[in-house]
Formats: sequence, C-alpha cells, structure tokens
Amino acid sequence: MPARKTTGARRAGLIFGDLWEFDPAPETADPKLKARYDLFIGGKFVRPRSGKYFDSINPANEAKLAEIALAGPSDVDDAYRAAAKAFGPWARLPGAERGKYLFRIARLLQDRAREFAVAETMDGGKPIKESRDFDVPMAAAHFFYHAGWADKLEYVAPGGSVAPLGVVGQVIPWNFPLLMLAWKLAPALAMGNCVVLKPAETTSITALKLAELLQDAGLPPGVVNFVTGAGETGALVMGHPSAAKVAFTGSTEVGKAIMRQLAGTDRKMTMELGGKAANIVFDDAPIDQAVEGIVNGIFFNQGHVCCAGSRLLVHEPVAERVITRLKNRIRVLRVGDPLDKNTDLGAINSRAQLATIRRLVASGVREGATMFQPPCVLPKKGFYFPPTLFTGVTQSHRIAREEIFGPVLSVLTFRTVDEAIEKANNTPYGLSAGVWTDKGSRILRMSTELKAGVVWANTFNRFDPSSPFGGYKESGFGREGGRQGLLDYAKLA
Amino acid sequence: MLPRKSLAAHARLLDEIGAVDQVGVEERVAKFTTRSIKKAAKLWGLRMAVSMTDLTTLEGKDTPGKIESLCTKAIRPHDDPSIPHVAAVCVYPSMVRHAKSCVGASGVKVASVATAFPSGQTHYRTRLAEVRGAVADGADEVDMVINRGAFLSGDFARVQDEISGVVEACGPAALKVILEVSELETFDSIRAASFLAMGVLRPGDFIKTSTGKTTLNATLGNNQVMIEAIRDFYMDTGIAIGMKPAGGIRTAKQALQFLIAVKETLGDAWLTPKRYRFGASSLLNDLVRQSERERTGAYQAPYYFSEAAESY
Repeated sequence: MPARKTTGARRAGLIFGDLWEFDPAPETADPKLKARYDLFIGGKFVRPRSGKYFDSINPANEAKLAEIALAGPSDVDDAYRAAAKAFGPWARLPGAERGKYLFRIARLLQDRAREFAVAETMDGGKPIKESRDFDVPMAAAHFFYHAGWADKLEYVAPGGSVAPLGVVGQVIPWNFPLLMLAWKLAPALAMGNCVVLKPAETTSITALKLAELLQDAGLPPGVVNFVTGAGETGALVMGHPSAAKVAFTGSTEVGKAIMRQLAGTDRKMTMELGGKAANIVFDDAPIDQAVEGIVNGIFFNQGHVCCAGSRLLVHEPVAERVITRLKNRIRVLRVGDPLDKNTDLGAINSRAQLATIRRLVASGVREGATMFQPPCVLPKKGFYFPPTLFTGVTQSHRIAREEIFGPVLSVLTFRTVDEAIEKANNTPYGLSAGVWTDKGSRILRMSTELKAGVVWANTFNRFDPSSPFGGYKESGFGREGGRQGLLDYAKLA
Repeated sequence: MLPRKSLAAHARLLDEIGAVDQVGVEERVAKFTTRSIKKAAKLWGLRMAVSMTDLTTLEGKDTPGKIESLCTKAIRPHDDPSIPHVAAVCVYPSMVRHAKSCVGASGVKVASVATAFPSGQTHYRTRLAEVRGAVADGADEVDMVINRGAFLSGDFARVQDEISGVVEACGPAALKVILEVSELETFDSIRAASFLAMGVLRPGDFIKTSTGKTTLNATLGNNQVMIEAIRDFYMDTGIAIGMKPAGGIRTAKQALQFLIAVKETLGDAWLTPKRYRFGASSLLNDLVRQSERERTGAYQAPYYFSEAAESY
C-alpha cells in the first residue's frame, strides 16, 4: 500500500537536538538612539513643562535605552494648539502636495530601514527578522499607499466629496509601535487632518525617531505632534475637547473607558481593540501548511498581536496528526536574543505583560488543560516566555475566553462545520479568523458566517495597506487601510 | 491493492496522504533562506554537505580518464585534510567497474544511474537487466527513474510494481528513486509519488528529486514536500527513508539552506550522509572554497581549487 494509516501503526519520534547548533548572528546596525527624547510639538523637540522623564528599557536585557519625556495636561494642550494652527494650511494644500510629503516619509523610512528595525527590536523585544522583514517595510508601504491616495480623494466616496475632520487624537499600542503609527498617521495626513499622537509608554522610541525623520522630510510644523507618557497622558489625548476624532488601538478595557468618556460628544471614534481569534483546521486541510499558519498565527511577535490565532479549532479526525506536527514545529522555534537574526521568538514586551501571561497560563494548568512547552533555555535577564500549547481546552476555560497576548495557543476540537462556526463565534471578540480547507465552497460559507473583521483562508496574519482591517463586537469598530480606512478620517459632503 | 488505470486513483491516493498547498510550502521554505549561519556552525554545515555529496558526471563524453579524475577529487576534495571525502561518485553503468577500482577502499561509494536514465523509456526487462549489470559490476548504490508516463496516466500500481522489481534487482545495493519532479509538476503529485516509492523501499534507500537533465531540478520547495513525506512515512511506520535533492544546487549557501530544512523538518537523525545526499558536481568546489574562507578569512582564486567534473 502506498500509505499507512496512523492508527495502530508504530510511532516513531524525531530528534531535534544539538547536533548542529547555530552560532550567534547578531544584527549590528547602529540604531542611533539619543540619551533623552523630548516631546515633539510644533515641529520641534520641546521639554515637558513638568520637567519629568521616564526610562524606556530594552525588554531583552532590562538595560535602559533612553529617557522619555512625560507629557502633562499643558503639554497636551500645546500639542493640540500646534495642530489646530497647522490644520488650515495643511488641509488647503493640494492633495498632490500632501502626497509628496508622504512619499518623502516613506522613502526616508526605507533609506533608514535597518536603523529603524534595530531600534524597534531593542525598544519592543520583537525578533529582528520581523522588524526587518515586516514592521519597517509594512510601515513604509502604508505611507506609500496613502501618498497615492492624497491627490485622488474624490474617488474615496464616489458620488460624494470628502473633507478632513480637523485635529485627530491617536493612541497606539506597544506591539507594533512603528507600524501602528503608520496605520494611524498615513490616512489621517493624506486626508488633510493634523495629528496629536501618543505612542505606548514602553515603546516610544521609534515614534520619536520618526519625528526626526518628519523634520528631515520638511513636514510643516504642527501637522504631526507626539506626546509621550503612560495611560494618564493617553486619557488627556483621547479626552481633549479640540479633538475632532479619536482613534485608539489597544485593549478592550481601555477602549470602553474612552467610549464612556466621549459618550454624548460629537467626536468621531475608531476603536481597534482585543481579539481571541479562531484558527479553524478541517480534515481536508493541507496539514503541514496549516501547522505553519497556526505557528505564524500565534507565535508571530510573541503572540503580541490583537488578531493572533490564539484559539486553534481542529477537526477531530485530524486533531492528533495536527497536534503531533505542531509540537514538532514548535520544537524548532528559536527563543532568545531578539537582535539575533535566527531568533523566532524574542522578548515579552514588559514585566507587566509577562506577569499577565504567567497568570493566565497558570489558570490554564489549574483548570485542567494539558500544557506543552518545548525544552528551551531562556536568557537569564530580560522578559521571556517559551512557546506554549494547551490541549484539552474547552470553551469554558479562561485561556479560551480571555486575550492572553502572549505565545500561548489553546487547542479545541470540533466535529461538524456548524460546531466550528458556533465555537468560533462564541466570544465577545470578533477581529479575525482563519480557515484551513481544500474546499473552496467551505471557505466561502465560513467567511460569511464567521463574525470577524478579517477571515483568512489557508493563510494567517497577512496584511496589505489596501485591505481594510478592523473588528466586530468588542474588537472595535472603524477600519484601517484601504478606501474604508480613509473614509474614517473624512467628513462626507 | 492499487487500482490499475483508474481515473480516481490520484484522488484516492491524495485522500489518503493529504494535500499540499503550494503557497504555504513556498512561505515555509522562504524562512530557511533567512537563517544566518556563521562561524563554527557554517564550517560544520559545509563539511557535512561535502560528506553528503554524490559527485556526479553523466555525460555522453565521459571517459575512463574523466572518471579517474572525478574519483580522485571525490576522495580528496582539497589539500586541507580536515575536509572529508564525498559520499559517492555517480556515473553511468558502463563506468561502474572503472570507478570502483578508482575509489578502492577510500570509503567513497560508487553509485550508478540505471533503468534507461534519464527518460526510463525502454522495456522493463531491459531496465532491470541494466540494474543487475550495474550491481554485478560493483555499484554500491543504484539511482533509478520512475515511470512518469505510467504515473501521469494514473497507473500507480505499475509505477510501484516497477520500483518493487528494481528493489529486488538491487540486492545489497542501496536504491535511490528519482521522481523527476519537473515532469510531475505539482506538489500534490510529488507527494503522491514519494509515498508510492516509499511504500516498497527498504530502510536506507532514498527518494531523489530529479535527473538533472530537465529544466527544473531540486528546489527548496520540492525538497520540502519530499522531506515532509519522508517524515510522515517515518512517523507512521518507523521506516527511515533517505533524501537526495539533485541538480541545480551549485552554491554552498544553497546547500546550507537545504540542510537547515532537514534540521528543522526531519531533525538531527537525517543530518548524515546515510540519509541525506546532494546530487551535484560544481557544488563541491564552492563548499571547499567557502570553508577555506571560514578558515583563513579570505576568498581564494578559483584556480586554487582543483577542477574535476564541472568545467570540461
């Protein structure tokens, strides 16, 4: 017989040992960091009025990278004032001229890609291969894409016309600092808005490096302003009375607080919040490629991805086959120094996030799910967590319901298509989902019935500036990317 | 039993062994090319690749003199004694006896292509006779081609029966089954043909990508599909089959990428010439050159490395 059934046959294991250890392969480009970063307001770096700074550390080794200014209420006022002053001339500028600035930013970012990639990795802990091959090129791609729109805005809303909103307040998360910045800035600027943006407290450096780049690009002062700080600064940016719109990417909890704060005002909002995506593998799926997609879905950026495929729903007939292959695949993931070019999983972004992951993993063990972690030696200093797989998970487990935002995958099984759909939708979130099957008609049905903003078919975590991204239910509202994303920064007339 | 000439044969076989998604395979193998292998790890990989090389000459103009030169190079690829000998020399059947006397007791094996290489388009009995002849002349290994015509017409049973016959004709010689991937075209077919072959092979036999005589030869993609098939077969049956990508691997960098694929897919037990080979000729000097570069820190001119098979 050409193939032998799995059942009853002898099982042989593979050895993923130390026969061929790789030498360290660190990326050595200079990130060109400053010892201290001030606020970027009105095109200039200015000291915070309070004179206070906080430390930004490298999560890979807990070493201090730089001091970041802490913005208080009067600094945020200054930023909004600078933006309001810049808004008129910027909005009146012909689209093609605004496009020129965006093209310039995109090209400068490409020119300095290695420097930005190293800075991003040191600041956030993500593997250099991801910041080099994904974060920085995608950020540049967003600027390029929206630069192209700037002089074609009459086609954004066919039959209508669009106008900028004014000054928009934006708060972005720490998982993709530079990319989220590009997602927020590029459409806002292309449409003619001005921006006050607060990067995440633990990952402000690449935003401030981008501020230097905006100066190099000659962007008119005040069009973009960066205020840095923690949650309190974020609340000031989101709640500022001069904001015509606020855009937030972050946790559902904070998103809800912002919505409560802004309820009753006429300010527009875009919310891109949490997720607990189902990655659904049917028995006719190409197994190895599905395994690769599962790994990419949950271990990309240490699982610090709002659309991470953190729940694997696998068809019972192939569950054992998929899990065995998944474990083999996880065994060869390399965890460690994010600056090493061979690292697959870098550092967890912060001590606080590491504590959250540990707490939720402990709850998974306590509630009776079976945990698998490959043997791997983690660096002594810094925040690390091994890739983790839970089997025997049910819908009622906390690890199947709460967003972990770490390299932890919960595996559930299903028997029928309807059961898969029901389980996938049985969550307050609805950001993304994945379907793995050889059957085209099933993909079409699933993509209709899954309540998720993005449904990937036979792939996962694929992004493109032209493709709108956003959520259902408690994963938020509004879209980023594509024509739809631009519309969220426009007044329709 | 496999159905003879059934239209559904392909579908039934795929149903049993599972499908392959081309886009996904290509994404997976792209990750191997981003691995950065430095210093001691690079040297280890380069030497391993040398020891896995089947140094090949398969030309109409091969002469005993050429074979002699090939064998000498195979035994001692470079002046540096720390560079191991290659795994085997691969020649046409008419050259087996001579090659055997050239390699002597060096440890280098003699592999012979047989079964009307590269097309396989002659009578089955003639093909078997060729295999027996090569083995009688002393071939340690036989590289056969599968009947692609039968495979593409859906006659899987015939493909498998013929391989089975060649296994028998090989006797003690190891067998490498060439799928000629460029003629099978799809990853699904490559996986199916891999399983057809493995179903009748013995532990220590190999499956091999290509003859090197068509336009497309070994790629990381088809190598991946085949080593995943080997892994699945091993996990289900405990029978370890070897792999030999052949043709198109000319640089040390490529060879290291193939070895990374092996390390991350099949694991350490396949990082040995007993289970993994490179069918190549010009690759050898690049491996040697890169390992000299690692040792001395500088690239040396090509004329510092003896030519054996590639340029004349």
